[in-house]
Amino acid sequence: MFQKMLTGAIGAGAAAWLLAAVLHFAFVQEYILLGEEYETGAAVHYAGVAHDEAQAAEPAVADSDMAAANDHDHDEAASEDGATAHDHSHGDAGDEGSALTRNFWTVVFFGLVYVGYAMVLVAGFGLASAYGKVITAREGILWGIAGFAVFQLAPAMGLAPELPGTMAADLGDRQLWWWGTALATALGLASIAYGRGVAALVVGVALLAAPHVIGAPELEGFSGVAPPEVSAAFAARALGVALAVWALMGWVAGHLWSREAAR
Amino acid sequence: MMMTITKTRASEKTTTLLSVLGMALLGLTIVVAAGHAQSATLHDAAHDVRHATGFPCH
Repeated sequence: MFQKMLTGAIGAGAAAWLLAAVLHFAFVQEYILLGEEYETGAAVHYAGVAHDEAQAAEPAVADSDMAAANDHDHDEAASEDGATAHDHSHGDAGDEGSALTRNFWTVVFFGLVYVGYAMVLVAGFGLASAYGKVITAREGILWGIAGFAVFQLAPAMGLAPELPGTMAADLGDRQLWWWGTALATALGLASIAYGRGVAALVVGVALLAAPHVIGAPELEGFSGVAPPEVSAAFAARALGVALAVWALMGWVAGHLWSREAAR
Repeated sequence: MMMTITKTRASEKTTTLLSVLGMALLGLTIVVAAGHAQSATLHDAAHDVRHATGFPCH
């Protein structure tokens, strides 16, 4: 059983790893870098709408948006030295080496995180099988989506994926809430999916709701330095990418599991 | 005979459940190390992944 789970976890984790890395650099990384520009003060956000730069309304490309943001600095803060601000822009020759190292570690850690998650997923398959449930590739997709809800969507309801530079409550408290939410969501979904009768449904819904009724640790007031559009796009993209990755992971894990079972 | 079969099945189930527990713990340990551990080196290397996968960072 352990061997079977390990095979599934490594196969599904590797598939998830690849997709996570590709989608991260296609959709998410640019917002992390943009967030850091605001975190370090290289770019400054202030209330108001860009009045004269049309490209400021298109925050999709970090560099052009940054240039727009830096131009705002000129307009708004006379003390800000534009040339210095531009030194922070990406793509400088000196930054390339460190960016490569940074992205290398990002790829490595995506592998670790998703192989770890894949192990938890197939452990769930093992548990379900022990009680006579059959896992197919299609069931696997449902399990994958459930895993996304457990480890990413439900925690994000209280602790939205944070752009770098976001101020937040005590880390230990947030980690505790995060794990409590993941656990309650997992038990709640299991109760709804595999429980019998109205009682299982009621318990399941109560478990799903409990972390959000209790509420995540949060600071009083808001102190974000980045534009809300950047934070919102970052959080939405991070969750969207995670959903795709978990669905693929579940499908691959379910496929490998049913193939092993057929032998 | 019947009792032996029952016992064998019970021990098979115990083995399965232990494997499940072992696999889950191994996976969770990796997730904790990669996503939650606060060593400075780990944190810096995992920084972008932690933000992008919604772990409480910093």
